[in-house]
Amino acid sequence: MSATMIEKIIERNVGKAVKPGDIVTVFADRVMIHDIFIPFVAEKFEEMGFQRLWDPDKVVLIYDHLVPASQVDDTRHFQVGNAFVEKYGLTHVHRSDGICHQLMPEAGYVKPGDVVFGTDSHTTTYGCVGAFSSGIGYTEMASILGTGTMWIRVPETIKVTVTGKMPENVTSKDIILRLIGDLGADGATYKALEFAGDTVEEMSIASRMTMANMAIEAGAKCALFAPDEKTAAYCETELTKEQKALAADRDASYVREITYRAEDLVPVLACPSQVDNIKPVKELKGLPIDQVFIGSCTNGRLEDLMAAAEILKGKKVAPFVKLIVTPASRKVYQEAAENGTLSILAEAGAIITHPGCGLCCGRTGGILTDGERVVATNNRNFLGRMGTSRVEIFLASPRTAAASAVAGQIAEAGF
Amino acid sequence: MGKIFRFHTDVDTDQIIASQYLLFPTVDEMKAHAFESLDREFASRVQPGDYVVAAGNFGCGSSREQAPAVLKALGVKAVIAQSFARIFYRNAINIGLPVIVCKELYDYVEDGDEMELSLTEGIVTTGGREYVCTKLPPYMQGILDQGGLIASLNRSEA
Repeated sequence: MSATMIEKIIERNVGKAVKPGDIVTVFADRVMIHDIFIPFVAEKFEEMGFQRLWDPDKVVLIYDHLVPASQVDDTRHFQVGNAFVEKYGLTHVHRSDGICHQLMPEAGYVKPGDVVFGTDSHTTTYGCVGAFSSGIGYTEMASILGTGTMWIRVPETIKVTVTGKMPENVTSKDIILRLIGDLGADGATYKALEFAGDTVEEMSIASRMTMANMAIEAGAKCALFAPDEKTAAYCETELTKEQKALAADRDASYVREITYRAEDLVPVLACPSQVDNIKPVKELKGLPIDQVFIGSCTNGRLEDLMAAAEILKGKKVAPFVKLIVTPASRKVYQEAAENGTLSILAEAGAIITHPGCGLCCGRTGGILTDGERVVATNNRNFLGRMGTSRVEIFLASPRTAAASAVAGQIAEAGF
Repeated sequence: MGKIFRFHTDVDTDQIIASQYLLFPTVDEMKAHAFESLDREFASRVQPGDYVVAAGNFGCGSSREQAPAVLKALGVKAVIAQSFARIFYRNAINIGLPVIVCKELYDYVEDGDEMELSLTEGIVTTGGREYVCTKLPPYMQGILDQGGLIASLNRSEA
């Protein structure tokens, strides 16, 4: 029987044929817990009466939202986390290496075909290497830590095909924003997204990460890219026959198919305060801004920082604008330092912060106030996300963000 | 009978409980801030047995389980929406907060109306009219009936 990619991954995991709507119990290949929710996971785990983790090797704990601590109370999360590590023998612990969704693929915790759950909604990111990954709550995580399993409903799939060559100013961020606008904030709820076409085949894993990361903003359970040679190189492995066979069958059945011609796409922004409120950059050109943020698990990778540097090279950030750049991980930070990207950004007037979730989750590093406007490369522009509920957040690609920082107003690169 | 607190479409989890309160050690300390950016009075006005009624995509955004948890802690009997975001929906069932899909109800009620919900029948009664809701799949209903995932796990191990 023909199958979509998510159906194949689940079949491989549970060892029997499945169809959308089936409720099955899957085995977790890896789970991720971050600092914000570790106290609650630990509490629920003990409340459930478990004595040990089902498999400590499959559990990853990452401190990212609160690193480094900005308030005294933040440190409680590290203390509880460290006690949990000690008591249950966790070995995969990252206390200051960067954002969870960057680290999971970067540090090799996720492989094509894996089933992965995390306590963060943007766990969909790992679909970039062909893994089924999804966000869950802390009670559910506690249950997996004890049992290694979780029930899921096999989702229907929406296939998104992009073909052709992207115009210079269009990036994978513009594609995913456009898709979210077309689908609506709940257009893919309970469903899997599957990306195909020569445009995505040409993309780097980093660009695919940006798209998989934001799938949740259309409500999707997961987002998948078929593993290919780029995936193998990124994961530093050779694809097994099984992993190669994860690509959807030609005659697989989809609930919806959407096709874009890359040449038709333009740079866009998600306007306040819904991620599906999408407008072309051209329409908003000239709107004055107070701050620009380039970073996050959506767009804080080396290629994003380099794209910004290309635009900022030899230029200065507008005097009244604060440009905040946050590399997604220590590795990204080091690479950007070594290849000169950070010095171009600093020369242009950027504030370069430590890797972490920082401003994206409204904790530290550039909180805004009533009436201020920010162009940001992260994934959510909800009310109150980066400060007060009267801050206007516009989501965009690193190119658009950098061009806007120089102009002091919303601007398209090169115009 | 309980009172209806009515909310719009795409209510995200930041609006249900803002991220700065997630650092409080317990849900009981967070609950006074539920829906703060939308309705400052919500937490002080809501009474045990009241209902939240919303349009589509309720609970979109982050995975924070504190969103359904603060509503449950305030005594909200059920959330009835045209549709739910998936993580919120799962979290609510796992902690034993009934989440009911009803396409019609939202358009026919006002904030402050009184309503009654029969969970077993999946029927809402308000303004002299009955509204039929979508029933949960049996597996999820089972978790909810036992009071959530912890109770359900404890039972299956016993």
